Amino acid sequence: MLAYLIRRLGQAFLVMAVMATIVFFGLFAVGNPIDLLINPEADLAEQEETIRRLGLDKPVHVQFGFFLAGLAQGDLGTSFVHNRPALELILSRLPATLELAFLGILIAVVLGIPLGMIAGLKPEAPYSKVIMAGSVVGFSTPNFWQGLMLIMLFAVFLGWLPAGGRGDTVDVLGIPVSFLTWDGLSHLILPALNVAIYKMSLVIRLTRAGTAEVALQDYVKYARARGLSPFRVVGVHVLKNILIPVVTVLGLETGNVIAFAVVTETVFSWPGIGKLLIDSIGLLDRPVVVAYLMLTVFLFVMINLVVDIGYSLLDPRVRVKGGRS
Amino acid sequence: MTKTTLTATALSFGVLALGTVAQPAFAQVLTAGFASEPSSVDPLYHNLGPNNATRKHMFEALVGEDASLAIVPKLAESWETSDDGLTWTFNLREGVKFHDGGDFTARDFLYTACRIPNVPNSPSSMSGFIKSAETITAPDDMTIEVTTAVPYPLLLTDFASFGVVSASANGHNGPVEYSKDGCPGIDSYLDSNAYNDGTATIGTGPYKFVSFTPGESVVVARNDDYWGDAPYWEQITIRPITNAGARVAALLAGDVDVIEKPPVQDLERLRNDPKVNVVQGPSSRVIYLHFDHVGEPSPGIEGADGKNPMKDLRVRKAISLAINRPLIVDRIMGGLAVPARQLVPDFMRGTDPDIALEEPDLEEAKRLLADAGYPDGFKLVIGTPNDRYINDSKIAQAVAQMLTRAGIQTEVDAMTASVFFSRRNNYEFSLYLAGWGASGAGMASPLRALVASQDKDKGLGGTNRGRYSNPDLDAIIEEALSTVEPAKHDALLRQASRIVVDDVAILPLHFEVTPWALRAGLTMDPRADQHTVLTTVRPE
Repeated sequence: MLAYLIRRLGQAFLVMAVMATIVFFGLFAVGNPIDLLINPEADLAEQEETIRRLGLDKPVHVQFGFFLAGLAQGDLGTSFVHNRPALELILSRLPATLELAFLGILIAVVLGIPLGMIAGLKPEAPYSKVIMAGSVVGFSTPNFWQGLMLIMLFAVFLGWLPAGGRGDTVDVLGIPVSFLTWDGLSHLILPALNVAIYKMSLVIRLTRAGTAEVALQDYVKYARARGLSPFRVVGVHVLKNILIPVVTVLGLETGNVIAFAVVTETVFSWPGIGKLLIDSIGLLDRPVVVAYLMLTVFLFVMINLVVDIGYSLLDPRVRVKGGRS
Repeated sequence: MTKTTLTATALSFGVLALGTVAQPAFAQVLTAGFASEPSSVDPLYHNLGPNNATRKHMFEALVGEDASLAIVPKLAESWETSDDGLTWTFNLREGVKFHDGGDFTARDFLYTACRIPNVPNSPSSMSGFIKSAETITAPDDMTIEVTTAVPYPLLLTDFASFGVVSASANGHNGPVEYSKDGCPGIDSYLDSNAYNDGTATIGTGPYKFVSFTPGESVVVARNDDYWGDAPYWEQITIRPITNAGARVAALLAGDVDVIEKPPVQDLERLRNDPKVNVVQGPSSRVIYLHFDHVGEPSPGIEGADGKNPMKDLRVRKAISLAINRPLIVDRIMGGLAVPARQLVPDFMRGTDPDIALEEPDLEEAKRLLADAGYPDGFKLVIGTPNDRYINDSKIAQAVAQMLTRAGIQTEVDAMTASVFFSRRNNYEFSLYLAGWGASGAGMASPLRALVASQDKDKGLGGTNRGRYSNPDLDAIIEEALSTVEPAKHDALLRQASRIVVDDVAILPLHFEVTPWALRAGLTMDPRADQHTVLTTVRPE
């Protein structure tokens, strides 16, 4: 197990290094951040002075050398725009995104699995058809459009919920969270729904397929024949056996939401890391983008690890060993 | 329970339910949706639109610019210049207090000038605004004397461009002595983070700093000891809502009371919405085309035998005649623009009222092209950003069609601003579309930046990426920039403007008109610099 963990971490660092290099040179090729940062009124001497001060006058390999030297000391660089260490900047925005992602996933699981099982157990019932049709709409309409529709319906027409922003937060262990105040929660609901709809549709379809298959297996029939309550049959014997694909997909999707909730965060002006990323790309704020993507890679590797360990808990046939991954 | 009480109960529930979402109206709280966020609330950190607009709520400059960018007294009540134009004396306003209760005196202005070139890691410094000052001294607490090496007419505009910070709040007590090469006795300066957390965010403006949460909000509260007219709102919250659709939705949902940059395509609907009031005003921002005056062959031109047709005045004239500016204003801009021929609108300094708008004339354009040796035209690519100015890439497409009709087969190369400006500054375009928001200096602002020959030592031609160079024009611009007497200065600017127009050095298309959308019942003064300053928002 330990060897396995070490190897996985090693892989993670290798991928992070490759990613950092590609992004660093890629952004250098896109353009010079100074052209966007500096006021057009600045004359040529001031432009050169600023370029020099930010170290952008050096050839790209020299700049990359500085970046590596900083990295060796655990310094991912300082944002050109915000004058704060890139990592600190990202971490300060992370709680908002985590909150959004987890609530979204929670909604997707809590609603998606039961709905999917209903549709799987009674595939011909009219309500199952409705559920499946809804799931098709859910994953085939664009995310930003869903977001705008949610805003139009719940914020503009009905006026029940705010159209965006984060609202009041409460500090828990020094981390600001929204879900503990009504105002914060009311701001959180719509973006979380926006995140949830697509995942929920996915979960419904996976669960339905799994349920339809498992419900015909001998052990389910046997459990029924033993006279177990239908609730126990479905809730234990069926559910446990359909969860593996669901857990895999949810794991990857959780990573996706955390790293790339860009659309939802932009539509709802949610101050998370996705919005920070898109703003930083727009301004070519290289240290932030590089640090962000390195963090993302790390996150994905970690999530995959957790998912693999999760398999072994759900299915005793899967064993996490040095040789298998 | 009678019917009346039932209704009353229902109403009070309704009010309660509303109160949890929207702020109650009686608290006089204003929430605004900005299209972009300030990178800091430090007034001297980053010379950029959103920062400067936010700054104006909390920090004041020595002199101010009113809504049409004319200079007005602010922290200085009056000023005069010496006969040789080299010495400026500012008399400061009495009784101005900083938000921490400290008195504003000349010392604070000197400290501000000291800090400007020394803000750590500033991505765009304000130092251009003080570099003309040779010495800045304080003969007494209420007087500031500034000397310049040569007469410099734009000192007031420069001094209107940065907010004055408090020396004491920056941790400096005792006298301040300003020197161009670093102020003696001050070894280090606070960085922008000390402003972002509120430690040093102490100004003299109508609003006090409350909080800055990047990505979320800037909150300011009324300064009850403000020296000027009492501000209307008790509290103002500025929220960055970068997505235009989300900004409109937030306004319609009642989350915010005012938004900047409502999308042009939604304006008609917003105007017809009884819940919304749209306010608009002319801006100083000109949208222009700049020619490659140097490259030969020029990167975006084909079919001209390796020559650069842009260097030929007849071709430039033909391009100008082929473009139907009123049509662009009407169809692409939805009326949100004013056709242009000079570089600043006529309400600003230095425009020549005798220069009329040009009538589009396709036949004359074709004749001029044939004259210049291009009877069959040539191929041309226009470079343009697609997310920087109002409808920028659509304007470029319209221009391309108009030029194609005149025989110049034109294609549009549209790209995001970060890519565009880098490529433009590498001289990769034969013709490019960009915009220039003139400062209160009026015509002098685009003249020295866009068409004066690039000259690092003189600080000229900083954004002249068409590399236009005309010694006659340079001489007049330089003379204007060292003539303090307003009438003479303006006359020189007019003369320069005429040369620019006659030589088609650059091609102004139109001036943007800036819209704002507010909750019905509210209005505001539109500013020509396009800054959203919420102190003027008030009930109609």
